[in-house]
Amino acid sequence: MPELPGLAKGLGVTFKTMINTWTKGAVTVQYPHEKEDLAPRTRGVIALKEENCTVCMLCARECPDWCIYIEGHKEKRPPRREGGKPRTVNVLDRFDIDYALCMYCGICVEVCPFDALFWSPEYEYSESSIADLLHDKDKLGEWMMTVPEPPALEAGAAKKK
Amino acid sequence: MLALEIPYWQLTIIKTAVVLSIIPVGALLLGYVFLLKMMAHMQSRMGPMEPGGFHGWFQLFGDAIKFIQKEDIIPSEADRRVFALAPLVVLVSTFLLYIVIPAGPRLVVQDLDVGIFYALAVSSLGVIGVLMAGWASANKFALMGSLRAAGQLIAYELPLILAVVGVVIQAGTMSLQGIVHAQADGAIFGLSWFGNPFIFTQLIGFAIFLAAAQAELTQTPFDMPVAESELVAGFMTEYSGFRFLFFFMAEFGTAFALSAIAATLYLGGWSLPGIEGTLADILGPVVLGAKVMLVAFLIFWIRFTFPRFREDQLQAFAWKILIPLSLVNIMATAAFKVFV
Amino acid sequence: MAVTDQQQIHYIASQAADIRLNVELQTEEMTLNLGPQHPATHGTLRVVAKLDGEQVVKADVVCGYMHRGYEKLVEVRTYPQINTLINRIDWLSSFANEVPFILAAEDLMEVEAPPRAQWIRTVFFELSRIANITLFIGEMGVQLGAITPVFFAFRDREHVLNLIEEATGGRFHPNFDRIGGLKDDLPRGWIAETKEAMRRIRGYCDELEDLLMGNEIFEARTRGVGVIPADIGLSYGLSGANIRASGVDWDLRRDAPSPLAWKELDWKVWTHPDGDSFARYWVRLQETREATKMVDQLLDGLPSGPIQAKVPRIIKVPAGEAWAHTENPLGEMGYYLVSQGGLGPFRCKIRSASFHNVSIAPWLLKGVYVPDIITILASLYFILGDIDR
Repeated sequence: MPELPGLAKGLGVTFKTMINTWTKGAVTVQYPHEKEDLAPRTRGVIALKEENCTVCMLCARECPDWCIYIEGHKEKRPPRREGGKPRTVNVLDRFDIDYALCMYCGICVEVCPFDALFWSPEYEYSESSIADLLHDKDKLGEWMMTVPEPPALEAGAAKKK
Repeated sequence: MLALEIPYWQLTIIKTAVVLSIIPVGALLLGYVFLLKMMAHMQSRMGPMEPGGFHGWFQLFGDAIKFIQKEDIIPSEADRRVFALAPLVVLVSTFLLYIVIPAGPRLVVQDLDVGIFYALAVSSLGVIGVLMAGWASANKFALMGSLRAAGQLIAYELPLILAVVGVVIQAGTMSLQGIVHAQADGAIFGLSWFGNPFIFTQLIGFAIFLAAAQAELTQTPFDMPVAESELVAGFMTEYSGFRFLFFFMAEFGTAFALSAIAATLYLGGWSLPGIEGTLADILGPVVLGAKVMLVAFLIFWIRFTFPRFREDQLQAFAWKILIPLSLVNIMATAAFKVFV
Repeated sequence: MAVTDQQQIHYIASQAADIRLNVELQTEEMTLNLGPQHPATHGTLRVVAKLDGEQVVKADVVCGYMHRGYEKLVEVRTYPQINTLINRIDWLSSFANEVPFILAAEDLMEVEAPPRAQWIRTVFFELSRIANITLFIGEMGVQLGAITPVFFAFRDREHVLNLIEEATGGRFHPNFDRIGGLKDDLPRGWIAETKEAMRRIRGYCDELEDLLMGNEIFEARTRGVGVIPADIGLSYGLSGANIRASGVDWDLRRDAPSPLAWKELDWKVWTHPDGDSFARYWVRLQETREATKMVDQLLDGLPSGPIQAKVPRIIKVPAGEAWAHTENPLGEMGYYLVSQGGLGPFRCKIRSASFHNVSIAPWLLKGVYVPDIITILASLYFILGDIDR
């Protein structure tokens, strides 16, 4: 018989794990009934704050997958002060993100100069047809409500300007 | 049975029905408790929780229903008749095992005088089924799996039998009912209230029996024939749907039967100290069931913990370690029986 | 000139007359195809083995089923976009793939990341090593038939993945390294959580040592199986734990100059003289423990300061060529970056570790039994994304 210790120790580990599962509970969560809390920075889905968007198209250009579709048009608005020129404003017509293509890399969020795109930890947006994964700006705007506050930084980090 | 005189053929039908229903029940029970739940708990997870509501008890029933309604796929190159017969051969050998296992003083289908000898002989029939399955599948992986299985199952028959010889010597009879009585009525150093379960004197024999039973069931560490990460599913690769269900039921049914035999030979079977007569008829199956779960716990515990042996190491373990050890056990038992 | 049947019969008959050769026992060779879809190969690797009974006579490794054309893709992408893509080469240790590329680009731009960024880069590098190798330690058990260790691997690796998610937002693909530093600083409480997780990983290594490595059956399956002599290993270009398990004391973290923080730490390179599968497993287990200790040291001595150097918004790397290589969890990974001053590289050659690690397989698999094929391939530890890119 080979020396028992190695084999016996292995049996001991599995037995101990079984007792731990009975007394302290499993490490898994029963998903539809219990859900885990996600970190604030989790890249779940991209939310759009439409008021900030100036249709600069930077996000659509930088996306590695070209999954952002933007259409806008120019409109004339009244001048800010009396006697000034009418302002030209870019108005967003269409801002679609195709989540079937999106790689969740975050380049669009990072590159946006006007802070119009945010990450949200939302993940329960699955659809039964791939075409339904093209979400328009209304849906993206809805997700703004799930965007958390950015977390405080560790000691030693440089202060944000 | 009780005080009724039931004609022979009606009794046979009742007994056949009981045996036929015990296989799925035993297989489902072992499968659920150990394969699904205990394995999960040993891996820090819960196992099935949804089907049926309470801890997923319906999971295996649902699996069985799913298997039955699947398409019956037979490979075009396969030998159709042999392919279809193979799972049935393995199932038949499982059924025949249950005939001699006693669940109470009067609860046994047929208490043969050569009970344990018959049981071990009949369990070897399964090898034929495995070989048939591998050959008829027309699949290289399946063929390799079944050849490995044949070598392994035949090699481990010997330690199984030799381990039991020690028990037979000590009990003086090969009939399983007789062995249970020998344990229940026996005495350890003069104290007779506890009986004499043979596990105390035959501890080595018990270990050898468990190891050989593990190999007979092709469980890890002896599961080369069904090496999941190598040969996909070994000899069962081409089997799907209800044919796979038969193999699964046969595997777990045999596990139940071999655990019951181990419980009968070494732990005292249906007997509990102090319980006699009709009470034993009622409690016997429950007691036997508890002991079966204990033995099956050991078998599955080892299954989930250890990696598998390679084929040559497996054979070496059987021939060079288990068989000499069991021969020594027999000689020691015989010496004790004669001289003490 | 072809041999006719008549001649063959004469030849066999004359051989049969020689009592040392029993013609009836001559078996035909069987070709076993461990096809692209197989539970044992980590992904779509194909091994075509010619067997004589249970022994391998000749084995060919066919890779390329997962070729995604990385080197062509990076020619038409900008630097931030490439960073996203190369995360996915070796997906288990994603951060480690970004680092050599960023280092090569920083070399050409002559930008140096601030010390805090270099230290945190090292922390994440070692965390990705832990995430990768803890999975290997459990998953080698599955290849050998022990189904439980891999669940422990996933359970304890979760802690590391959660840490990476808290800091970067992505569990598997952090996309965190930037030319000049890192994207963000660490969130509050991260350092304490990481230390706790490192303690857990050390506990996991101890548990696996008891459960799997100390197991006699495991030792019987792995000792003496797939021995790679040091010179053969070096000639095939093996790197990482594979070569250290053959006794070669070579680790790029110590031996190659790098701006990351390894030389500030007190750590040890683990080697093993045997060169068999057990040695490779053993070395990786020790390396995981060592990595946890390194993370602890790094977090204790983390310098404060900015997290990114001043870099222009639109990144254009000046023309030139640069080579950067690091000791990734799988081995040595390097990028040879050729830039012509554009928004993206002109050409980038990716030297991935697993491609060279698996090249020794045909040599190594000659003469072994079929179950040992699995043991050997498992112990070489490659990731298909790394082989095929």
